[in-house]
Amino acid sequence: MRIFFSKGTTVVMSQTKGAFAKADPLSGENAVTAHKISKSYGDVEALKNLTLEFPRGQLTSLLGPSGCGKTTLLKIIAGLLDPTSGEVKVNGKTVTGPGPDRAFVFQDFALLPWASVIRNVAFGLELRGMAKSEREAIAAKYIRDVGLAGFEKSYPHELSGGMRQRVGLARALAVDAQVLLMDEPFSAVDEQTRRKFQEDLLSLVQNENKTFIFVTHSIEEAVYVSDQIAILLPRPSRVHEIIRPGGFREKGVDNIRRDPEYLDIVDEIWASLRSYVE
Amino acid sequence: MKVYGYHLPAMSSLILWGILWEIVGRSGLTFFIPPFSEVIGTLFVIIGTPAFIKALSETAYAFFAGVFFAVSIGIPVGILMGKNRLIDELLLPWVNMFLSAPLTALVPVLMVLFGFGMKSIIITTTLFAIWIIILNARAGVRQIDRSMVEMARSFGAKPLDAFFKIYFWAALPEILGGVRIGVIRGVKGVIIGQLLISIVGFGALFELYSTNFLMKHFWAVLIVLFAMAFALSEVLAYLERRVAYYAAKR
Ligand SMILES: Nc1ncnc2c1ncn2[C@@H]1O[C@H](COP(=O)(O)OP(=O)(O)OP(=O)(O)O)[C@@H](O)[C@H]1O
Ligand SMILES: [Mg+2]
Repeated sequence: MRIFFSKGTTVVMSQTKGAFAKADPLSGENAVTAHKISKSYGDVEALKNLTLEFPRGQLTSLLGPSGCGKTTLLKIIAGLLDPTSGEVKVNGKTVTGPGPDRAFVFQDFALLPWASVIRNVAFGLELRGMAKSEREAIAAKYIRDVGLAGFEKSYPHELSGGMRQRVGLARALAVDAQVLLMDEPFSAVDEQTRRKFQEDLLSLVQNENKTFIFVTHSIEEAVYVSDQIAILLPRPSRVHEIIRPGGFREKGVDNIRRDPEYLDIVDEIWASLRSYVE
Repeated sequence: MKVYGYHLPAMSSLILWGILWEIVGRSGLTFFIPPFSEVIGTLFVIIGTPAFIKALSETAYAFFAGVFFAVSIGIPVGILMGKNRLIDELLLPWVNMFLSAPLTALVPVLMVLFGFGMKSIIITTTLFAIWIIILNARAGVRQIDRSMVEMARSFGAKPLDAFFKIYFWAALPEILGGVRIGVIRGVKGVIIGQLLISIVGFGALFELYSTNFLMKHFWAVLIVLFAMAFALSEVLAYLERRVAYYAAKR
């Protein structure tokens, strides 16, 4: 089986770039900032005065109990929902709606069932009016990158859940947005696939100079993949704590789950969340 | 169907009914039912006659024009109703009312409004076919996955793109179901229209045959009409099955 997100010869070069970006996370280089966001659905206050910064080139996880507003925040950043008050800035520009600087990966994949894999992957480019041959060449590249070469002409119902989510990832990557928004992207795939995805996501964050915002329910997953974890607590929803896992990522994907720091952080997060889980 | 372990082709039971018809016809029970074999013979004789071809082409013209309007107006209206609450609230009561209304009673009014010709027949056909097409397109759009809509928006789909690249295709299985039922209703519409107006198409032919007690001719034309309506519905059912694979997987 091939490596899903291999970037061939560019790996060495972009790894140094990645390391450089990570050396100084507080340089003020935030790709996305959410400032005093509030959002109410009628009487339900989903978010209240939430402020959070997302450093460029890094992966930030939103972690918290069910119903605390993670999806709501992600959709506000995506421009799919308007906040009741507050504003989101992407590269210094206030968000007023969806834009080409952000791409969304959906929990339920949201693939077009009537379109082949290649058309699905190229769909974002199709909507931008790119010529067919051009967009399919780009799509074919990303289909190879996510390890689906040979399935270009298949339809979503012919693929497994894990493969469908790779199509969803390839579609988001193909539009080359700087910010990738992922709402529990791995929750609908089996455990083994999920672990593979997590490893792939790590190398993706390393190799692509993109900012990732990643919603998850799983503490282990958040600690495994994140540069920064924002713990959200419900009612009124706000950022309870920001955790920056340290150097264990450099020890290689095989050792992370055994690392004492990794285990400590998992325990620490569980300690703050346990009181919210009945 | 299986009889004594033999596999019979579909609709072979029709042979049985044909034989029954033949027996009743030959027994001379009523002039109203001539033997089946003679009806079939007549069928092949009249199928080539200019009167039949004229009736057929006029009917086909009225039918296809009527269905064309029903489809090209009904599908967009249904999609709009499914997408937009306001349009939905405005139109839904009317659509539901016309769906169940006895439209035949409207045909005389149409004749007064649009004259005793093709125009009235086309409008009758459209009126018979359109409501179920609207309702099905609406239902198809309403069951569309919310994340599909959000996906299109997040990748920058403009309203027209969303309409033609998402809503139409997502609703296609339901739309085709609606078109199939609409087409069957359209057949009723075109025949009822012609019968009531009865100077064009099969209306004129039926008028001619029934006033002259030409029962063989009458039945022959009826069989042709039934067969055509059935074939039409089967073709659409086939198209429906072609897209059914994704209706289940959405
Ligand atoms: N469209 C809506 N209408 C009304 N209330 C909503 C709507 N969407 C979300 N909510 C409410 O807002 C709160 C936050 O919802 P949200 O989906 O953002 O939570 P979440 O953190 O993503 O939860 P989960 O982990 O279960 O996905 C919940 O209490 C939910 O009931
Ligand atoms: Mg959610």
